[in-house]
Amino acid sequence: MSPSVPLQEMIRAIRSARTQCEERGVIQRECAAIRAQFRQADNGGRSHNLAKLLYVHMLGYPAHFGQMECVRMIASPRYSEKRVGYLGAMMLLDEKQDASLLITNSIKNDLAHSNQYVQSLALCTLACMGSAEMCRDLAPEIDRLLRASNSYIKKKAALCAVHIVRKVHELGELFAPAARSLLSEKNHGVLHGAVVLIIELCERNPETLERFRKTVPDLVQIMKGLVLSGYSPEHDVAGISDPFLQVRILRLLRILGRNNEGASDAMNDLLAQVATNTDSTKTVGNAVLYETVLTVLDIKSESGLRVLAVNILGRFLLNNDRNIRYIAMTSLQKIVGTDHNAVQRHRGTIVDCLKDQDASVKRRALELSLALVSASNIRSMMKELLLFLSSCPPELRAHAASGIFNAAERYAPSQRWHIDTMLHVLITAGGDVRDETVPNLIQLITNASELHCYTVHKLYRALLADISQQSLVQVACWCIGEYGDLLLRGDCQETEPVQVTEDDALDALETVLQSHMSSPATRGFALTATMKLSTRITDNVDRIRSIVSIYGSCIDVELQQRAVEYNALFKKYDHMRYAMKNYGRIRVTFTEPRFEYMCSHCLLLPLSVGGLKVCDLLDLLGGSEETLQPSPAFGGTAPGPSVNTAGGDLLDLLGGLELTPLAPGVTLRVTHTHTHTTDPVPVYDKGGVTLTLSCEKQSDTGLTVTLTASNATDSDISSFTLQAAVPKSVQLHMKAPSGDSLPARGTAKVTQMVVLNNPNKVNLKMRVRVSYTRLGSAFQDTVQIDSFPGLDAAGR
Amino acid sequence: MIRFLLLFSRQGKLRLQKWFTAISEREKKKIIRDMTTMVLARQPRTCNFLHWKDLKIIYKRYASLYFCLAIENQENELIALEVIHRYVELLDKYFGNVCELDIIFNFEKAYFILDEFLIGGEIQETSKQIVNRAIEASDMLQEGDSSEWFEVELFG
Repeated sequence: MSPSVPLQEMIRAIRSARTQCEERGVIQRECAAIRAQFRQADNGGRSHNLAKLLYVHMLGYPAHFGQMECVRMIASPRYSEKRVGYLGAMMLLDEKQDASLLITNSIKNDLAHSNQYVQSLALCTLACMGSAEMCRDLAPEIDRLLRASNSYIKKKAALCAVHIVRKVHELGELFAPAARSLLSEKNHGVLHGAVVLIIELCERNPETLERFRKTVPDLVQIMKGLVLSGYSPEHDVAGISDPFLQVRILRLLRILGRNNEGASDAMNDLLAQVATNTDSTKTVGNAVLYETVLTVLDIKSESGLRVLAVNILGRFLLNNDRNIRYIAMTSLQKIVGTDHNAVQRHRGTIVDCLKDQDASVKRRALELSLALVSASNIRSMMKELLLFLSSCPPELRAHAASGIFNAAERYAPSQRWHIDTMLHVLITAGGDVRDETVPNLIQLITNASELHCYTVHKLYRALLADISQQSLVQVACWCIGEYGDLLLRGDCQETEPVQVTEDDALDALETVLQSHMSSPATRGFALTATMKLSTRITDNVDRIRSIVSIYGSCIDVELQQRAVEYNALFKKYDHMRYAMKNYGRIRVTFTEPRFEYMCSHCLLLPLSVGGLKVCDLLDLLGGSEETLQPSPAFGGTAPGPSVNTAGGDLLDLLGGLELTPLAPGVTLRVTHTHTHTTDPVPVYDKGGVTLTLSCEKQSDTGLTVTLTASNATDSDISSFTLQAAVPKSVQLHMKAPSGDSLPARGTAKVTQMVVLNNPNKVNLKMRVRVSYTRLGSAFQDTVQIDSFPGLDAAGR
Repeated sequence: MIRFLLLFSRQGKLRLQKWFTAISEREKKKIIRDMTTMVLARQPRTCNFLHWKDLKIIYKRYASLYFCLAIENQENELIALEVIHRYVELLDKYFGNVCELDIIFNFEKAYFILDEFLIGGEIQETSKQIVNRAIEASDMLQEGDSSEWFEVELFG
């Protein structure tokens, strides 16, 4: 070993620098000296200078000015200079540098050198940084060396050929024959190189793969020799003879046996032998076993062998060495789809690995456990998974939660179990679940109608315990708002009864509203729920009003808008609040609070435009709220289209409302009945003469109108006549009046009956001409009657 | 195939780097930073395998040095651990009870030993003795560096 003193001096100097600045100073001085030396003619210390430069390069400083020096040193006849020159080439000259081409010629010369160590340098460098052009140039040389040289060179040439094939795929054909013949060598290094080369050739070219299948018997022979041979000092590692070569051959066998029955059969016995004979107490043995298992599972092996392989993996799972457990689970993950039953047998061990200390092992165990969940083991697996969720590292929480949800959705044995599980996850890891979980859970709860009481009680309790998990709080608020009546009723078969007063429920919601932990979305949920409760409770409506009005001046714009509109519902349209109660049912499939809110928005808009009819209709519902209690048919079908815009869909909303079958106990507010005459209505009053009108509906189209005239003046009226005119399609028949004189001061009246028939049901109007004589003067006047008492505006 | 091999101290100082694919300088620096951060952050009793991009990272600590190997996804991790161990054994045989300082002050020797063990990202020689003999012979050649060449034959 020749100590390069200048180099070591420099290293010592650099290491003794106390600060980064000092180190930089030392290095700058050295680099300057090195550059000066490079420019000089050949001196004895060239290799030392380059070595110094390489050290500086490894510290991270620029060293590109040494590239040309590398080229020069490679061309030097001295071995020491060549050695460092080639090392420099591998470190500074990768194929992206232009200078790399300059060494092609040197390499070519050195490949043909008489000294094998020089040849070895060239081969090593070519295999490390040879570009595609260099490879093409030098491929024939490599092929020559593959065939005729000593084993020291052959093994290096083989790996150099591997590099060439990786760079220039077409050259694979060139090396195939040489590779074939190398398999008959005895030297392990050469064999290893040959196997690597064949693997590379087969992976790139399927035809080559076909041709090399014929080598399977030879490979089996070689493996047998390795496995069954006695102790060989050259290649022994902890009792295994040349594990590196064994692993390589197993890998090649895997590639050759894939999708091929014949080849797989030929290697069956060998694989069984390796699997059973290999000592598994040390890592080396396990490495070989691992490769064997991978091969067995990848080729077309018989079932007995597959079971053996999976059992080896099962044994690995129990191994003390963490690495072994980790790779066992990685392998099991790959085959859980195809050999599901075999892997299920080891489920217990896998679930135990969920409690392992190592995060990578935990992650693998989680993925594998999720893959092993099935309908038969869902309950026990879920117990374990939920236990894991409560103690798992934070980076795995989201994955675990979503995995649990998927599993629960696919295999839930009952709705109650499903809801319980989802609630448990929200309580444990509510912060890590995905956004669509909340609407999904709400949908699930809505559909499980017989569990509403149980669910709302459970959620209420959870809300009391903890309001920090936003998803849980949102679902709980929604449930309290929707099923608040069930909560307040107090009795529930599924859980212990607890007395919840209206104040308690409102307290809970108010806590959520005021808490700094609640997100704006959560607050929205709570506010809407509070509003909904106003129709389900009786005593505390004022409290709700005050809560809602407070939020009318909230900083959050969304919340403020909601509060203001809810407030409006209280003030102007109190009767409509009851309709809000049914928002829960007239709902979109994805129960988002926004849509609930939009329903109220929709109802408020047309009201302000003055649709009185709307009010009346809803009035009906408000009055008859008892009939709209939760009934399964109504609640489950959730009619109504999605509410996206305000106006047009409103009528659809109402259409949904209208479809409600009204119970017989409802009385309509409209007071018109068929059988009695309406009270007389004054239609004309001028100059002391008044005319009143009363109607009597005779049939659907027939109407009898009675006109009564009276005289409030001091003088008598004579020749009092009435003439009537009606729209064209209406038939008129005037009966004889009772008289034609009206004495003064209304002592007597004149009545006249007019029979009308309105078959076309047009808007009924009547024009009446009044003519009379009084104090010697004639009077005439006309009055138009547009509305008749007892009929609606349309005259029907 | 092995993509790269890194040796670094517990403070993250690089002691050896071998790259078996063509990568730009900037990319190399980034990879070194990533590797040192990832490996140094690992807890003591965790498994020696990591996933990084599309590669598997195998690392092992020997005294004050971390040996870090990156292999392709279809390679055998346990054998990679053996590769690291074999390299450490070779260094140990050569330097006699190797320590970090040996590798710092004789870094070029460490490279030469590595080049007798691995080529192009693959193992070239599975026998410890043959590798040792080859290095000794090369060193002798270097020492007797004059116009005359020593012919040293190895019987394969």
